[in-house]
Amino acid sequence: MELYQLSAHEAAGLLKKKAVSSQELTDALISRIEHVDATVESFLTTTFEDAVATARAVDKKIAAKEDISPLAGVPMAIKDNICTKGVRTTCASKMLENFVPVYDAFVTKRLKEADVPILGKLNMDEFAMGSSTETSYFKKTKNPYDAGKVPGGSSGGSAAAVSANLAFYTLGSDTGGSIRQPASFCGVVGLKPTYGLVSRFGLVAFASSLDQIGPLAKDVTDAAMVLSMIAGHDAMDSTSVQLPAQDYVSGLGADIKGLKIGIPSDYMGEGTAPEVKTAILDAVKVYEGLGASVEYFAMSASKYALPAYYIISSAEASSNLARYDGVKYGYRSEHYGNLLEMYQNTRSEGFGEEVKRRIMVGTYALSSGYYDAYYKKAQQVRTIIRRDFEAAFGKYSVILTPTSPTTAFRFGTHMSNPLQMYLADICTVSVNIAGVPAVSLPCGFDSDGMPIGMQLIGQSFDEATLLRTAYAFEQSTLFAQARPSI
Amino acid sequence: MNQIKYETVIGLEVHSELSTKTKAFCSCTTEFGGEVNTHCCPVCTGMPGTLPVLNKKVVEYAIKMGLATNCAITKSGKQDRKNYFYPDLPKAYQISQFDLPLCTQGHVIIHTPEGKKRIGITRIHIEEDAGKLLHDVLPEKSLVDYNRCGVPLIEIVSEPDLRSADEAKLFLEELKSILECLEVSDCKMQEGSLRCDVNVSVRPVGQVEFNTRTEMKNINSFSAACRAIEYEAQRQIRIREEGGTVVQQTLRWNDEKGESVTMRSKEEAHDYRYFPEPDLVPIVVSDEQIKAIRNTIPELPSAKRERYMSDYGLGEYEAGLICLSKDMSRFFEGCAALGANPKSVSNWLLGDISRMLNEKNLQAGDIHIKPEDMAAFLKLIESGVISNTAGKKVMEEMFETGKTPQVIVKEQGLEQVSDTSVLDGIVKEVIAANPKSVEDYKRGKTNALGYLVGQAMRASKGKANPQMLGGMIQEILSGM
Ligand SMILES: [Zn+2]
Repeated sequence: MELYQLSAHEAAGLLKKKAVSSQELTDALISRIEHVDATVESFLTTTFEDAVATARAVDKKIAAKEDISPLAGVPMAIKDNICTKGVRTTCASKMLENFVPVYDAFVTKRLKEADVPILGKLNMDEFAMGSSTETSYFKKTKNPYDAGKVPGGSSGGSAAAVSANLAFYTLGSDTGGSIRQPASFCGVVGLKPTYGLVSRFGLVAFASSLDQIGPLAKDVTDAAMVLSMIAGHDAMDSTSVQLPAQDYVSGLGADIKGLKIGIPSDYMGEGTAPEVKTAILDAVKVYEGLGASVEYFAMSASKYALPAYYIISSAEASSNLARYDGVKYGYRSEHYGNLLEMYQNTRSEGFGEEVKRRIMVGTYALSSGYYDAYYKKAQQVRTIIRRDFEAAFGKYSVILTPTSPTTAFRFGTHMSNPLQMYLADICTVSVNIAGVPAVSLPCGFDSDGMPIGMQLIGQSFDEATLLRTAYAFEQSTLFAQARPSI
Repeated sequence: MNQIKYETVIGLEVHSELSTKTKAFCSCTTEFGGEVNTHCCPVCTGMPGTLPVLNKKVVEYAIKMGLATNCAITKSGKQDRKNYFYPDLPKAYQISQFDLPLCTQGHVIIHTPEGKKRIGITRIHIEEDAGKLLHDVLPEKSLVDYNRCGVPLIEIVSEPDLRSADEAKLFLEELKSILECLEVSDCKMQEGSLRCDVNVSVRPVGQVEFNTRTEMKNINSFSAACRAIEYEAQRQIRIREEGGTVVQQTLRWNDEKGESVTMRSKEEAHDYRYFPEPDLVPIVVSDEQIKAIRNTIPELPSAKRERYMSDYGLGEYEAGLICLSKDMSRFFEGCAALGANPKSVSNWLLGDISRMLNEKNLQAGDIHIKPEDMAAFLKLIESGVISNTAGKKVMEEMFETGKTPQVIVKEQGLEQVSDTSVLDGIVKEVIAANPKSVEDYKRGKTNALGYLVGQAMRASKGKANPQMLGGMIQEILSGM
């Protein structure tokens, strides 16, 4: 077994036993990236020197018998919309191609405090808008299971890197499924924490009321370890909640006998691929075998979730992305004769098609005369969906759905028809609208050998139950151990 | 043709920078000045990924102003984004408040020559200031200074209750005095910490409905506001007299030229696409908080005015003027506490001292005279040591140099002469030199006496005791 094949907690365990050094782990991944990423194309920027320096420092601490954090010395990589001081943070956009932040995101700070070697920054859909990572200005990341297929998105680089063993884990961001859907397409675990659990400071905003940072990992234990590291209050983010620090790992092994799982029948409708449906039904059997009860129920408002999501997220994006105007940083057009032209040309040239489409939709939805019909209505739907979830969690501890109605699709499938692409978010967007946590984990393969993911949704701030439920499934199946042959 | 009489209808939007130590959403200093772009950080310059965190003092200060102007306080409020592109606005939106302002439905009382008038306050909301464009540093290019960007502001919006430029000025002065009294804003107009937009319309006297109004921006002094209002009212009356229609538009007031120019028409009006700021949590204000803030409100200018009238016997006008300025009223009370005659203090304060402040373009805070010196000064006059005329000289010197009146009187030899032997000589000289006035007096023109006293004062270089002079001249004349 190669070092890069280890899970993060296995690598951490070997480090602590001094069976391996952080430098060895880091070197193994660097050489793996150098060999494989030419094919996968998940990295936009590499920071190998910094990673090695951190690794050496950790090795020194271990040699000096100093206490180290649980994931110290275990190398990872970060989605390129999370700010890294002194390292360019592009959001995979021409607009920020050369943008180098002078500050770290809260999570970046946490990683550095924990002595985690950071290997680099990962590809994504431009400004996190997309479900295939094809809207990146720089490159098309390949699905490690099939280079002709997309890795999902927007955290496609983060999912592909973990799947292809290029990092022990990665961080992504999830606005409408951007961690869970690529995790499902690439056969890894992806967790979107409860809104407010992880600080958004330094996450370049797409839709402020929906965005959350979370881990993509090889298994549930790794995801729980990463969450323990990055969760917690941050005075720099008003929406971050004040909760005591929690260890999400220790409770994972508890059994789930008697646990009530609900399946919203609306999430298994016509658009769901038969093989996906079968995999979910198989998962139900696994849970029943573990002593949990599974029941179908209706979540009728979910049919409004998708339009509400696209209105709210686009409206917020239209405002969040207005700052990219060529005045202060980032791209500025070379062709302009006055201020208005500078704005117009900078934004026309600096943004890609999908970003511009969302800005247009959002601007329209907020315009006077349309606000009530769109934005306000979408917020009302949001309230209804929240109540739906509250009602459901009155009966069930966890909700089970497919992560995506299909497995990974071929490049270019939806580029000409964005609406088709939006439909692929049907299972994931309600979770962001309600702010609740959800995890995607591998639960099968289709006949082409592409991974299928299932989504477990938990109650707000009850990541512990959510992860325990996921862990129980993972321990009873072998899907988590599958890796692409790349 | 019967002449229509018009009345001007005015509403004001007053922007006041709050004197918090740090900015509204980051920890940068709010201090005025400083090297260009040194009072800013990633948050207030809108760098990607940064987030605002509301400075609690901003809410406290705004509520304080709301309570002092009799507003209702919104207990569950929020902030909104006002979206527009301009280089001085780094996020391309201003964090403001749209439909749930922190304070609503208040009023203040102004004292017009016709009596008290209640002016409604529609709302007070919090927002952040923008940066500043610098056009004259580089040729053909503009630069931006973000030092002021993110400094907290309150916008105070009045009802259209004002009917003249004078009333508008009184209202602005009242607001300024309250802001200063509460110490929530330093109200330095020259640093832009107090600015206003004016909404003006005109209508025939007696008409109930309002006519189309225009909004004028870029007004940065009270007198400019008056000039702008008068100019705009006349412009609108002229249009109506000529049978035209007043068009709703936003104008920019050019105070140097004394005219307004169109900024944008109604059609060009911005659509600010307001929506709730998702990066900030709702503003929740408890009754306890309101109570605690209310307890920090000192005596307001209006209450002070009443007290000056009842306790010190000042007239409404004098009391009002002194209370408009915190520094002036502090000085006044300092003198009164030392036993100085309040009416005399008021007379000097509103007379010579205010004149000198105006001439030198100074504020009441620049008065360097100590209350004890003022009290001593008045005692010198009351006890006849110096004359009122000499007093004016002493006052000027005190104002200029801050020296004590005793020292000035001694240095300049201004003691009043009450020695009859000295006065006798002067009186005789004056009578001898003005036979015509003496004749006039004898013929019953009593004002001739005043003239002769004046001549004698002049001859004494202002040092003679005028009461004594009068008595002596009268005595001699009646004996002639
Ligand atoms: Zn700042």
